[in-house]
Amino acid sequence: MTPLLSAHGLTKTYGPRIACAGVDLDITEGEVLAIVGESGSGKSTLLSMLAGELAPDAGEIRYRDREGRVRALGAIGPAELRSLARTDWGFVRQDAAQGLRMAVSAGGNVGERLMGLGERHYGNIRACALDWLDRVEIAADRIDDPPTRFSGGMRQRLQIARNLVTAPRLVLMDEPTSGLDVSVQARLLDLIRRLSGELGLAVVIVTHDLAVARLLSHRIAVMRAGRVVETGLTDQVLDDPADAYTQLLVSSVLAA
Amino acid sequence: MSDARTFGTDAHPSPRLRGEGRDDLVVGAASPKGDGEGGAVGGAFSGELPHPRLPPLFADDDVGKTLSPQAGRGDAAYNFAYLDEGTKRMIRRALLKAVAVPGYQVPFASREMPMPYGWGTGGVQVTAAILGRSDVLKVIDQGADDTTNAVSIRRFFAKTAGIATTTRTGEATVIQTRHRIPETPLTEGQTLVYQVPIPEPLRFLEPRETETRQMHALAEYGLMHVKLYEDISRHGHIATTYAYPVEVAGRYVMDPSPTPKFDNPKMDDCPALQLFGAGRERRIYAVPPYTRVRSLDFEDHPFTVQSFDRPCALCGAEGHYLDEVVTDDAGGRMFICSDTDACETRREGAQ
Amino acid sequence: MYVAVKGGEAAIDNAHRLLAEVRRGDPAVPDLTVAQIREQMALLVDRVMAEGSLNDPDLAALALKQARGDVVEAVFLVRAFRTTLPRFGASVPLETGRMTLSRRISATFKDLPGGQVLGPTFDYTHRLVDFGLAEGEQLEPAAEAEPREDAAATPRVTDLLGRDGLIEPSPQDDGTPLGDITREPVDFPCDRSTRLQALARGDEGFILALGYSTQRGYGRTHPFVGEVRVGTVAVEFVPEELGFPVLLGTMQVTECQMVNQFKGSREVPPQFTRGYGLVFGQSERKAMAMALVDRALRASELGEPLASPAQDQEFVLAHCDSLQATGFVEHLKLPHYVDFQAELELVRRMRAEAEDKREAAE
Repeated sequence: MTPLLSAHGLTKTYGPRIACAGVDLDITEGEVLAIVGESGSGKSTLLSMLAGELAPDAGEIRYRDREGRVRALGAIGPAELRSLARTDWGFVRQDAAQGLRMAVSAGGNVGERLMGLGERHYGNIRACALDWLDRVEIAADRIDDPPTRFSGGMRQRLQIARNLVTAPRLVLMDEPTSGLDVSVQARLLDLIRRLSGELGLAVVIVTHDLAVARLLSHRIAVMRAGRVVETGLTDQVLDDPADAYTQLLVSSVLAA
Repeated sequence: MSDARTFGTDAHPSPRLRGEGRDDLVVGAASPKGDGEGGAVGGAFSGELPHPRLPPLFADDDVGKTLSPQAGRGDAAYNFAYLDEGTKRMIRRALLKAVAVPGYQVPFASREMPMPYGWGTGGVQVTAAILGRSDVLKVIDQGADDTTNAVSIRRFFAKTAGIATTTRTGEATVIQTRHRIPETPLTEGQTLVYQVPIPEPLRFLEPRETETRQMHALAEYGLMHVKLYEDISRHGHIATTYAYPVEVAGRYVMDPSPTPKFDNPKMDDCPALQLFGAGRERRIYAVPPYTRVRSLDFEDHPFTVQSFDRPCALCGAEGHYLDEVVTDDAGGRMFICSDTDACETRREGAQ
Repeated sequence: MYVAVKGGEAAIDNAHRLLAEVRRGDPAVPDLTVAQIREQMALLVDRVMAEGSLNDPDLAALALKQARGDVVEAVFLVRAFRTTLPRFGASVPLETGRMTLSRRISATFKDLPGGQVLGPTFDYTHRLVDFGLAEGEQLEPAAEAEPREDAAATPRVTDLLGRDGLIEPSPQDDGTPLGDITREPVDFPCDRSTRLQALARGDEGFILALGYSTQRGYGRTHPFVGEVRVGTVAVEFVPEELGFPVLLGTMQVTECQMVNQFKGSREVPPQFTRGYGLVFGQSERKAMAMALVDRALRASELGEPLASPAQDQEFVLAHCDSLQATGFVEHLKLPHYVDFQAELELVRRMRAEAEDKREAAE
């Protein structure tokens, strides 16, 4: 089967600094891919390129659209790209303030994508928002509160609802659990695992936390200094790392 | 807050061009006052500069006698309707584009006018660019012909263009307005010029010009409805009462200027040409005659206009927009028509 | 019977007559002449010229008289006059390196070719009110300095640094037509020449505050005053039919070259960066503040994080013009009955609904 998204030779440099060099990856519906590495290894740059927010210096990203056509992102016009970003894709950001409208109510945050797609029935938008708040375990009576009054974990769950409301096929997540308490983290990971399974989503999750990768992902890619040094099934890579750097990474986690 | 936005080229389906609204670099050095419609009073350019120049530095103190027309002394003539012909040409080009792309904000090289920014400089420039000698001008502010700013603008054109003015909506060919649309239905051949303070309907949702331009280009207006959604969830109503956003000809979302939403339905399918000038923000936009203008709303919370539960205390008519006048300090109030011409016409008819 | 307020025309006429009367003040006090303002309020005249974007001291002085000394109002008069002037073309760029200096200060070098010229300055005066001025005291003429041997050659400090590659080169004129903010709408993001034009006519108080904010950490640029120079320069124009420059006259300007935070990497050796300010007349405060803001606005070009107001070109350019600002602030005086009525009606209705709900609940 053709992958939903495939990247070939993605390269990005900032002056002399190499952020990403020749990265290849594929992802298919129902699959969770974790990209792990230390900070500065190029994970976030890679994610920005996959999201179409950053143009690569070299390489190509191909996406299979809902009609089954495989298309190069660089050849899609900005109007369609923005529309894809609002419907087919989701992006859950590390900092909820960048992924949410902090001055708009939770209902408005969830409803924005629907309204952007032309939904003009207030009652339907509200019902849909309530449904999604329920699915991400936010109480219905919080629908008119702005996210500024939400805890960190709730904000991340609201971001997920805001992204999933248009039934996207691909969701990118940038360190969604960092900065949260361990118990809050566990609940959020559980939710992500459940929803991605139920909805058959393709998920690319960037994390520095190998435990998060082990819990969520089917496959893993280990990055170091802008390159993917090892890739494979998550359990296999973490239990029996082939690359020296991966071995170091895994052992340092175990030691900690 | 960002969704994907920077991939690929910055080319987008916007009618905006590089250098749009740009002026000719050197404007008519040979004939600074131009010679078309609205050419200099007194015929062809005589070879003298249109404005007296001051004597060189260190001259004696008689300079005041030969100074600028604005100083209120001296006898230099103005160009017809104040603006030079080069500037008018630039504004007309922007107007033509605005009419061709209804609701799209065309940048233009707004000039400093002899009245302050925010007091109608955009409307004044548009009016100056379209006035001809046979035009009859009406100016209203808050619906009234006799408010001070309306008087001031009307006099400005009476003085600089020498054209006829009127307070009768039916007699006017050009009507400049601030905050109201006349209640007497407009007809073909009339032009309504709106004074606009903030032309960008998305401004208070997104302060950045670079971003709002992109949103218009891609018709990304979801955010506009988020604002309406928030109103309903908070107040049970859409709580926007004036400057109520509209969609023009099924494409651009436009700010109708701070007219009360009561007037929005008058913009739809209107036989008159509607022109909008924002001087400080340097934008011109337009609604051509018989164009669809739809006020944004939800299917289950449809757009409605204000209604007044009483008649005008002067003319007795119902169903018109009323001004509230405080008559004493004990809660005494009366309500009278905001459109003074329509009110007077009704009273004359009753006699 | 209520009669609607009428008589706007008569009220306006009367108000203007009253304005003329108060402008004149006590008729027993002699009328101020334009020449007096031009000669004795010269720095005020300079400011009106700079923000009015018109180099015409007599006109600026008269505008100040007409405006009762209100700077923004005087700027307004000058700008409105400027609108009506025909445009013949643009002059040749001013050669400030060949300026006839009345003042020249460098904070980066103790001495340099052409020397430091203190000139007429408030710097180092003790700010004690001079009551002698109230008595119309006659002044001693200032001593003529012996010109230094190298007084004729006063190269710009940035040129001296540039010779050794220590500062980024000033961008070369590549023939690209420059924008003109008085003839075309500003299009964001805009280039440096457009930004400098806007800053040059920007409100002195606003530019000063922004420049100050960069010094306090809101967009730090590590500035050194390479040089501030005040003097007169020749203004030349190339008429199309002649094809060579002719001298139109001279004018006084103040120029500031700020030497800022260096940039470099392993490949590119470090160089200082530039901030530039130029205004009509003598105003070191404005020229220096402008140079600070110019440098701050280059943040994205130089790869610095954008976090402060002075680095945000939409914020700075959209708000630096005193006429736009004063017009829009003061327009709140205009009637807003219609909009207010609409809001009043809504608030009343919502309050009534809330009241009904409360009663129904009881």
